[in-house]
Amino acid sequence: MSNITINIDGREIQTEEGEFILNAARANDIFIPAICYLTRCSPTLACRICLVEADGKQVYACNAKAKDGMNITTSTETIETERRAIMEVYDVNHPLECGVCDQSGECELQNYTLEMGVDSQSYSIKDVERKDKDWGHIHYNPGLCIVCERCVTVCKDMIGDNALKTVARGADAIENEYKESMPKDAYAMWNKLNKSIIGLTSGEEMLDCTSCGECAAVCPVGALVDTHFIYKSNAWELHQVPATCGHCSAGCQITYDVKHTSIENSDGKIYRVMNEWNYVSLCGAGRYGFDYDNKVQAKDEVAFAKAVEAFKKADTLAFTSTITNEEAYILQSLKEKFGYKLVNAEAKAFQTFLKNYSEVSGTSLYGSDLTQTHAADFIISLGTALKSDNPNARYAFNNAISMNKGAGLYFHPLKDPIIDGIGKNVMSIAHAPLTEEAVLYLLLDLFADKSKLPTSVVEYIGSFHSLKTVTVEETIKEKVVEIVKVKKVNEETGEEEEVEEEKTSMVPKKISKEVQVDENALLEIVDAPQNFSESLEKFLAKKESFSLIVGPDLYTHPNAKNLARLVALLEKYSAFKLVMIPSLTNTLGVSLICDLDDARGTYTVGYNTKGDFTLSALGEGDLDMPALNQQEGTLTSIDKRVNPTNAAVGYKGYELNDIANALGLSAKLTIDYTVKLPACKGFKAELFDNLPNRYENDGTEVRGYVLDILSTETSATESVEAITDAKLDGTIIYLANPVRQFSEFTNVSANLKEEIGIYMSESYLKTSDFNAGDTVKVKTQNGELSTKIISDNKIEGEIATLPTFDSNLNSQALFSGYRFSTATIQGV
Amino acid sequence: MSNIEQFKNRNVSEEYFLVDIEDYPTDGWGKFKRVVKRTFQGELFVGLWVVLREMIKFDIHTVQYPKEKMPIGPRYRAVHEMKRLWESGTERCIGCGLCEKICISDCIRMETKIDENSRKEVSEYSINLGRCIFCGYCAEVCPELAITHGGRYENASEQRAHFVMYEDMLTPIDMLKAGQQQEFEGFGAITPHEDERVKKTPLAY
Repeated sequence: MSNITINIDGREIQTEEGEFILNAARANDIFIPAICYLTRCSPTLACRICLVEADGKQVYACNAKAKDGMNITTSTETIETERRAIMEVYDVNHPLECGVCDQSGECELQNYTLEMGVDSQSYSIKDVERKDKDWGHIHYNPGLCIVCERCVTVCKDMIGDNALKTVARGADAIENEYKESMPKDAYAMWNKLNKSIIGLTSGEEMLDCTSCGECAAVCPVGALVDTHFIYKSNAWELHQVPATCGHCSAGCQITYDVKHTSIENSDGKIYRVMNEWNYVSLCGAGRYGFDYDNKVQAKDEVAFAKAVEAFKKADTLAFTSTITNEEAYILQSLKEKFGYKLVNAEAKAFQTFLKNYSEVSGTSLYGSDLTQTHAADFIISLGTALKSDNPNARYAFNNAISMNKGAGLYFHPLKDPIIDGIGKNVMSIAHAPLTEEAVLYLLLDLFADKSKLPTSVVEYIGSFHSLKTVTVEETIKEKVVEIVKVKKVNEETGEEEEVEEEKTSMVPKKISKEVQVDENALLEIVDAPQNFSESLEKFLAKKESFSLIVGPDLYTHPNAKNLARLVALLEKYSAFKLVMIPSLTNTLGVSLICDLDDARGTYTVGYNTKGDFTLSALGEGDLDMPALNQQEGTLTSIDKRVNPTNAAVGYKGYELNDIANALGLSAKLTIDYTVKLPACKGFKAELFDNLPNRYENDGTEVRGYVLDILSTETSATESVEAITDAKLDGTIIYLANPVRQFSEFTNVSANLKEEIGIYMSESYLKTSDFNAGDTVKVKTQNGELSTKIISDNKIEGEIATLPTFDSNLNSQALFSGYRFSTATIQGV
Repeated sequence: MSNIEQFKNRNVSEEYFLVDIEDYPTDGWGKFKRVVKRTFQGELFVGLWVVLREMIKFDIHTVQYPKEKMPIGPRYRAVHEMKRLWESGTERCIGCGLCEKICISDCIRMETKIDENSRKEVSEYSINLGRCIFCGYCAEVCPELAITHGGRYENASEQRAHFVMYEDMLTPIDMLKAGQQQEFEGFGAITPHEDERVKKTPLAY
């Protein structure tokens, strides 16, 4: 990629070689109309309205790449005629329902119709019956659909569900006279439009996907609408509150759209969540799980007094990572003042992992982020159920593979049909639990620069290699000469007679051959498929930018320390850029700010977790706290970014800052602490009110600030330990949530109702005695619980998963840290 | 004079004359004389006579409000009405929300939802007449001529907030059937021969 200069409408602009003209124009605030194009996705060429003239030739700005010195005119007379005709075609048979349409003026069809000055209609065709469809969480009205295919494109290139496609419309053919009379591109576009409409890939009645709702977000008209929002409110009534999503560590930028609850009730209510879909894609939890605010009507002074008493009595503060950086800072300040123990097992595990990682890498934080993953062309994911742990990491994985001609390896014991569905450039390796170290050794073997790796590691890796003589069957082609009798006409006599002729042909033949091959025992340990080496070779062709995603399985692994050091070695001595998925919303922030302890003391105050006195943003505790969508503050995301979030709806009760003030700290607002976040951990002394939260036209993320990566002291050696042959026998259960569920906060959301139970794949249910709906007893060495079996078609294989989003199930008690465990599952 | 000139002539000064008013007395004696003059002139009885005369005539012009009401002009902007379609009797309101948006005193609120026929339905609608300034913007902006002003101008209420609901404003179906629904003729109403100005879409098939 090199910088080039192009000229658009007389303006010299700088852009990169190979950038689409449209993106270059947009980055420089030059307007080129375009309907079907989505930044970060492949050009669809459905609308053809982005026609421009480049060096005297008409091209589509969305798929024509900029070349050095190119001269581009965005508007000529022919182009204007085409554009006007295209908009007229889009308006053919489009119902005049703007008054009731949910797009309510935020409509690209309306905008461009006015932009192109369409004041009369020259085309017509008989309409077909287009009835609206209920697809579950999405409502589709084909009457309003202009088949720009943005929904199809985003689902394929960004999300990776491939749930939507175009299907036949069943309309009459366009009259022949138009072919001559109409502008060329407008006719071609109409011809395509008139044949298609959006349908479901599965052919079923209902959408069966990971339900992110991105298709409805990108819809330029009101054809695709979230079912919960349909005909609920006009867009102009909604007040947009810019915020950061509080459900997982991706920290997506969202806006909460807020309006009064009802005619009688003037309190604010969130009606929907919107995103800048050109630059950030949401998951279903972010989009639909917005109603988790804690509705508190008044300050409960009695409970508050009790809470202050409890804090005075307590020696331990236990909490989860669904808090802001400022609250984490308050808890740390309280610890420094009163000597509390701060207990948060999941953040502690991540903190320890980061510390062990730093000892080898010499940096306080991992080097990469998801933006770089989007741009990578070879991605490896290890130790994470990608689609449910961090949907945005999954989108990056899918997006990079489908857009950059990339390839990926997905190492995880739990088989995932969604990941497999991305395409044939993804290889899933279902290694056994506890063999993550072997995977990392394999990756070091395959990708690390052996001349720089510590010799002990190189030697250890070498010990897995052996030369083996194998008999390979090879097919060769052999020359075979046959004598065949052919009937031929004798030229002299004119009679037909049989003549013998020689005929040579090449016949394939199988032969056995003995060859010496290098055998890598690591491949067998991680259960790599037979064709692993050949596929990998194909995958790695022409790859330039490598990305590694590691996840929460590693942090709680019995040998987490060794894993952390191996990960650091891999980042240090290979081309891979590393991203770690923090396990919960603000795990990264908490692990940087708080000095965490291991065990609870005698009297615990729990914040969003059970204690002797419980503060709860879910409204279940002894004192209510505001939920993340009712607070101002900052959250630290997977991208190491400190993102500001705002209060979308009001909160009338007490917050942690009030308790801290009662205990002797002093701050008027929680956000007074933003500026005080520890600089020694990479935070910056920025005032909350100065933190931006937006994207620029060229896609630059201008949100909060990025944490500084500090250099840390390294341990004396880069030694790592050998792999153990520990393994889990029998039935294995895994601690993971279904998509769209992360915590109690997603569980309370009315739009995300998910059945609680033990999730089993359809194939597992078929081969075992269990049936969906059965109540079973799940028992491990740590405890037991009984719950219902739920059939889940988003997982495969024989590992059952237990969710954590409902604390009533108390599934975590069954596990001793590590997310996998052996268990016995018995019918009751 | 039957031409328009009589209306154009704004110079009315020639018709005016100054009333002959005596100078006010300045000294005590003058003031005393004025009091005596006014007291014994008998003007009091002139007034009494006029009243007595009119009473005996029984020619009374007082409107007996609230028993009687004056007819009100068709453009008068009083309490809102919700109209029905003449043909089908269904409600004209489509729930577009423009009246709610344009309302400058922010007194209209509505709630909508999807109905069983997948159409937008107005589930709740209210106007706070205590805040309404009867500017007529809602009727003007309404694309369906659904909300209009009516002639009901009595707004006395025991409290400031005084709500009127959708059902109260809607033309009763029996009134519609009896042909008693009145179209609003005020600003925003459809102009005569409107249909002749509409540009038609080609429908060749």
